[in-house]
Amino acid sequence: MPRVLLMVGTKKGVFLLDTDEARRDWRVRGPFCEGFEIRDAVYDPSDGSIYAAATSPWFGPAVFRSPDLGETWTHSSDGLTYGDGGPELTRVWSVMPAHGSVYAGVEPAGLFRSDDAGATWRHVAGLREHPSTPTWMAGNGGLILHTIVPHPDDPNRMWVGASAVGVFETTDGGATWAARNRGVRQDYNPGPPLEVGSCVHKLALAAGTDRTLYQQNHCGVYRSDDGGASWQEITGSLSSEFGFVVGVHPRDPQTAWVLPLTTPEHGRYTPDAKPAVWRTRDGGASWERLSRGLPQQNAWLSVLRQAMGVDSLERPGVYFGAQSGQLFASADEGDTWREIASSLPAIASVDAAVLAD
Amino acid sequence: MAEVRLPGALTTLFPGTPRRLALPGATVGDVLAALDREAPGMRDRLVVAGPAIREHIRVFVDGEPAGLDSPVAAGSTVDVVLAVSGG
Repeated sequence: MPRVLLMVGTKKGVFLLDTDEARRDWRVRGPFCEGFEIRDAVYDPSDGSIYAAATSPWFGPAVFRSPDLGETWTHSSDGLTYGDGGPELTRVWSVMPAHGSVYAGVEPAGLFRSDDAGATWRHVAGLREHPSTPTWMAGNGGLILHTIVPHPDDPNRMWVGASAVGVFETTDGGATWAARNRGVRQDYNPGPPLEVGSCVHKLALAAGTDRTLYQQNHCGVYRSDDGGASWQEITGSLSSEFGFVVGVHPRDPQTAWVLPLTTPEHGRYTPDAKPAVWRTRDGGASWERLSRGLPQQNAWLSVLRQAMGVDSLERPGVYFGAQSGQLFASADEGDTWREIASSLPAIASVDAAVLAD
Repeated sequence: MAEVRLPGALTTLFPGTPRRLALPGATVGDVLAALDREAPGMRDRLVVAGPAIREHIRVFVDGEPAGLDSPVAAGSTVDVVLAVSGG
C-alpha cells in the first residue's frame, strides 16, 4: 500500500508527516535540521532522498540531504558561493533534483548545481551573466531565486523564477538564458512592461507537457502554452489577483490550484479572513472556490510561495501550510479540507511524495 | 598548537568532531583552515566570502575579540562563540 510523505519546511527546521493512502491519520516527525530556517524541502523520486534549502542565523546557508527519509542528514555549502570578490550568498531559497543533478536557487538571485547529490556545488554562472543583471532589484522577500522548473525530458532546458525579476529559460544547460515575461502585467511600474522586472511568485509546469506553464505573479495569475514565450492572464474570478502558491495536477494539464491573498497594501492575508483554495479544471478559463473544512472565521492566514504541495495518488491530495503554523490537507483534490497539524513553526514550504511500500 | 573550543551547536553538525581540539596556525584564519581539514565544511559555517567571520559568529583569542588576521600564539586559546541572535 503506498504511503504519502509530506516535507514541511519551517522557520525551525524540517518536519516530516506520513500517512497511508486514506490520508486521514498523520504521523509527525521532527524537527530535523534544527536551528536552520528551511525555505524549501523536496523529495527526489530518483533515489528517495530528501533535500532541504536551509539557512542558519549563525552558520549561514547550506543544503541538507537525508538519504533515508529523515533518519540521518548531511549538509554542505561547498561551492555555494559567488567567490571572495562577489556578493555574499545569504540564503538558499529553493532546491530541485532533476536528471541526476540537484539545483539550488539562492539569494542574491542565482542558480547552483550539484552533480554529487549535494556534496559539492558549482555556480551556473550564465544566469547572472544575463545583460539585465545590473537592473535586478529585490522584492519584499529579497532578491531571491525561488522557483526551479526542470524540463521533463531535456536536461539542457529549464525555467527559473526570481521575484521582482521574472522568469528565465535556458535551452543550453544554463550557459545562456532568455527572459520569458511577455504578457505579464507590472502594475508597480509606471512605464510600459519591461522585459525583466516581472514579479513572479511561483511557476509550475503542467503535467504531461513541456510548454504549458502556470504562474502566480504579484499582478495576477497567468498561463503560457509556448514555454513562457508569451503569457495569458487567467486571474478571472479569483478573489484576489495576489497570492504566492500555484499547484498543478499530476496528470491533468488543465487542473491547477491557487490560494489568493489580499494585496500587499492590505496585508497578504486570506481575503475576509476566510481561507479558500481555488481550483481550475479548464486551464484557467474558470475558477472554483474550495473552502469546505477550512476555517471561515477570523482566519488571517498567510501562505508563502513554496507552501503548497500536491501528491500523485489517483485522486490527488492537496496540501498547504501557513506562516502561523497550521497545515491543511485535502484527500479529494481540494473539495474538502482538514487541519492535520495546528502549531508547527512558521511554515515556508510543503512538498508531497507518494512512496511505494 | 592552539587550543580551539567550539560551540556544541556547531559540532552537532559534524558528528564525531570534539568540542576541544589542538590545531596549528599563526592566525585565526590559519587555525580555521586547520579546523576545516579536521572537519571538512566547518570553515564554511564560520566564514563568508571576503573572507570574513560570519556576522553572528564571534571568535576570541585568549579572551580578546579577534578577526581572521589576528595572531595566534603557541598555547593560545581560541574560542568560537555564537552571538546572541535569532528569534
